[in-house]
Amino acid sequence: MARMKFLCDADRCIECNACVTACKNENEVPWGINRRRVVTINDGKPGERSISMACMHCTDAPCAAVCPVSCFYTTADAVVLHSKDLCIGCGYCFYACPFGAPQYPKVGNFGSRGKMDKCTFCAGGPEADGSQAEFVKYGANRLAEGKLPLCAEMCSTKSLLAGDGDIIAQIYKERVVKRGYGSGAWGWKTAYKETIAS
Amino acid sequence: MAGFLAHARLIIGALALMFVVAAAGPVAAQQPSSVNPSGQAVSEDQLLNALQNSGGIISGRVTIPDARSATLIQPAGQDWRSFHERTLKWIGAISVLGMLVVLVAFYLFRGMIKIERGRSGRVVVRFNAFERFVHWMTAACFIILAISGLNITFGKSLLLPLMGPEAFTGWSQWLKYAHNYLSFPFTIGVVLICLIWIAGNVPNKTDVEWLKRGGGIIGDDHPPAYRFNAGQKMIYWIVVIGGAAVAITGYLLMFPFYGTGVAGMQLSSTIHAIVGVLFVAAMLGHIYIGTIGMEGAFEAMGTGTVDENWAKQHHRLWLEEEAARVGPNDTEAQSRARTAATPAE
Repeated sequence: MARMKFLCDADRCIECNACVTACKNENEVPWGINRRRVVTINDGKPGERSISMACMHCTDAPCAAVCPVSCFYTTADAVVLHSKDLCIGCGYCFYACPFGAPQYPKVGNFGSRGKMDKCTFCAGGPEADGSQAEFVKYGANRLAEGKLPLCAEMCSTKSLLAGDGDIIAQIYKERVVKRGYGSGAWGWKTAYKETIAS
Repeated sequence: MAGFLAHARLIIGALALMFVVAAAGPVAAQQPSSVNPSGQAVSEDQLLNALQNSGGIISGRVTIPDARSATLIQPAGQDWRSFHERTLKWIGAISVLGMLVVLVAFYLFRGMIKIERGRSGRVVVRFNAFERFVHWMTAACFIILAISGLNITFGKSLLLPLMGPEAFTGWSQWLKYAHNYLSFPFTIGVVLICLIWIAGNVPNKTDVEWLKRGGGIIGDDHPPAYRFNAGQKMIYWIVVIGGAAVAITGYLLMFPFYGTGVAGMQLSSTIHAIVGVLFVAAMLGHIYIGTIGMEGAFEAMGTGTVDENWAKQHHRLWLEEEAARVGPNDTEAQSRARTAATPAE
């Protein structure tokens, strides 16, 4: 099985936010939650870069390690998913996550947390693949249909890559060689304890 | 005429072309062979290295309204993880189990501390109904807060394999609600405890003497004490200061993003957890001495009265004060009844 990863080529991202919108639409993400967002660093200064970021589906995921009810699991494709039936909305995964991926719908007064929601790599959840129950809780399961996450699939500059980690790393390396520069695979060191030489 | 115009157009066109080529030539020559737009670009390594010294987060600007999403990477989460999964489990296990071991060993060694001269049959009021209500409200909340707090740290290792995922989630979910809602009466209890008993809990000289003589914990010594001895004063200040610490940090966690961001919540959770497990350990000691550890102690908070011989043994100075105030053979209630009756005579 492939080891699924995200890679955002910051030299190509034009901060159009289409990935953000596509994700919200495809997965019918609850109000107030953005599973993916585009962050612009050094905005307006020379060397400004935009990076599209979501759950990176870490190796040895911190969220899974700290979850007090062990509601996380890693699929055969190395996608980190969780069960909303088991989640108690304690907030621990949010404290531990380096990428700010876990978010909670407000279900009561004072921002009390509901069941955690995060990027699923368009791979749904523990329910039967493609079922209505799965869609309501987690959104689309494109992976089960043989498709990759929509954010990356519709990226206009092909800045955001999703798929087998080795293949997208190879694509990125070729780009770096061809154009002669690259600002690195953002988040890879933190998520996968590896980098792509650039 | 037409021939002349055709020639002129050709010449002007040729001149224009020459001009364009001449102008473009030097510009092309000045361009470097390759451009590196990443030369000046921000790099993740640079930003991460900067954070290694100062801590903090890598953040930028986002166009979506949720300002929290502007955080790109927060490496401190890894530290919080290692605290929560390793350090905290050690601190918790050592303090709670360690206290239990010490108490069991102490009980086996010392047994229940008896009232030396036996019960006199005369009682003195030690805690009135309101004091007892405050104590038991806080205590009942504390026990549930402690169980639910320990569950969220140790439940995964101890209970989850026994209960199975669904049952454990149900149990943990209810304990989370209990933890959140009972924090309110608990906090009120801590505030009231602070107010109603502060007068008797200011450290003074008798505490130095009491501590020097080891509080009579070992041997048959009974250093004199007023209403609260140095050990009880310690419990009081643990409850007041520890209670304030868990309340403040707890509310920061319960109301996410109202007072603090993710770094503040990590710090709050760390303080909350450490103070929490130490609090549990201290309260185990408190429960021990108030029940099986000492004869005649539980009734102080149970019925509100203690035997006079118990008071003489453990709180001689307090008993003398009480006797001076209400008369040696009276209970407070009798005294009050008589004072009330006097004007009518």
